Amino acid sequence: MEEAEMKVAKIRNGTVIDHIPSGKALVVLRLLGLTGKVENTLTIAMNVKSKKLGIKDIIKVENLELDPSLLGSLALIAPMATINVIRDYRVYGKSKVILKDYVEGILKCPNPTCISRQQNEPIVSKFKVIQKTPLKLQCTYCYRYVNENEVIEQLVEGK
Amino acid sequence: MAWKNRDVVSIDDFSKEDLEALFKKTDEYEHSYPSGILKGKIIGNIFLEYSTRTRVSFEVAAKRLGAEVINLVAEYSSIKKGESLYDTLKMMDIYSDLLVIRSPIEGTARFASDVCKHPVINAGDGYLNHPTQAMIDLYTIRKLKGRLDDLRIGVCGDLRYGRAAVSFMFGVAKYSNKIYAISPAQLSMREDVKNKLTEIGAYFVETNSLEEVLPELDVLYVTRIQKERFPDIAEYEKVKGSYKVDLKTLQNSKRDLIVMHPLPRVDELSYEIDNTPMQAYFKQAELGVYIRMALLSLILVGE
Repeated sequence: MEEAEMKVAKIRNGTVIDHIPSGKALVVLRLLGLTGKVENTLTIAMNVKSKKLGIKDIIKVENLELDPSLLGSLALIAPMATINVIRDYRVYGKSKVILKDYVEGILKCPNPTCISRQQNEPIVSKFKVIQKTPLKLQCTYCYRYVNENEVIEQLVEGK
Repeated sequence: MAWKNRDVVSIDDFSKEDLEALFKKTDEYEHSYPSGILKGKIIGNIFLEYSTRTRVSFEVAAKRLGAEVINLVAEYSSIKKGESLYDTLKMMDIYSDLLVIRSPIEGTARFASDVCKHPVINAGDGYLNHPTQAMIDLYTIRKLKGRLDDLRIGVCGDLRYGRAAVSFMFGVAKYSNKIYAISPAQLSMREDVKNKLTEIGAYFVETNSLEEVLPELDVLYVTRIQKERFPDIAEYEKVKGSYKVDLKTLQNSKRDLIVMHPLPRVDELSYEIDNTPMQAYFKQAELGVYIRMALLSLILVGE
């Protein structure tokens, strides 16, 4: 464990999300639905020194293991994130999110006249990852670009 | 890449060699064509948007080669009852050997090519692609100028929503030409189009002044402002009528300039040009049939 991570208390059971780009911890919390309404204890460290990222954010959530279906969305906001599952103070499982070359089904194309936006059609949105940082995607159907802010807006909308 | 059973979704998908094979076949068909070569084949036309030249010329092309054509007209089809495009495509795919589709929705042809087992030809999808028009345009230039390289080509008009203009630029960008993208700022090329042109290695310049670049041009490609694609009609009102090409506009052009237009025109291109040697747009419409004949033959029969 890096020295920086020691700055926040160890947790007994739960999840540590590490290597979040600095400044994105609050967005990640909203994405995971961890707002003020949940009872889990949350510890957030922001702007912590990191060998990998230079500077990063860390989130620790007690008594919660992440829903794997959220990992694809998490990869868009924190493409280098590592997820440690903690059980009884020990790291029980460690995984990395993976931002693949194409993002399927998670996002909606902002172009209302794109085929992927048409209701009643059995079609899944598909975006090519043009750039990881800052994030830039392109719809494979209508070629519309989607930038990081648009992605964040979509992912945390209503959360 | 072999032509047989190939989908035609975007002009990007075709190399210069592919296009040369198409143009050779078109040359051959202009001279004489095998009228029964597509006997027994059925071409399914799905036009979900208005069309004159494209739909009719595909139908003429198919019939000249002996194929039958079925036309699905959206207004009288089950699409009006709420049937999905997916189911409509599935049905037409069962009934036809090749599908020609036009739609106001971007990406329709890509979707259709994923859904259908038979080849799909994109006859225009929203503001995105119109590959067969680009093929016609290239062939027309090759015919009238004797080459496709080393030309200065102005593309004037709606470069934001004009699928013919964009496909044309991608087409001429395959050869070493200079492209002048002439439009008011509101109708300038989208970022994805500029990036694509850069990726292809095209030489292009953006300007809002036709007058400035006109004396340089060998080819002037004029397009209509695509009223139907403006998300906000107020934006259309601001730019409508913002350019008009007539004899006065063209007085400083090269003597052998050709003026092209994918048609239809509204008020951006004067009838004055129709009977001058510059006029190439009716030639495009005429050659369009031969290109589409060659396409159908290459896709359904092979080279």
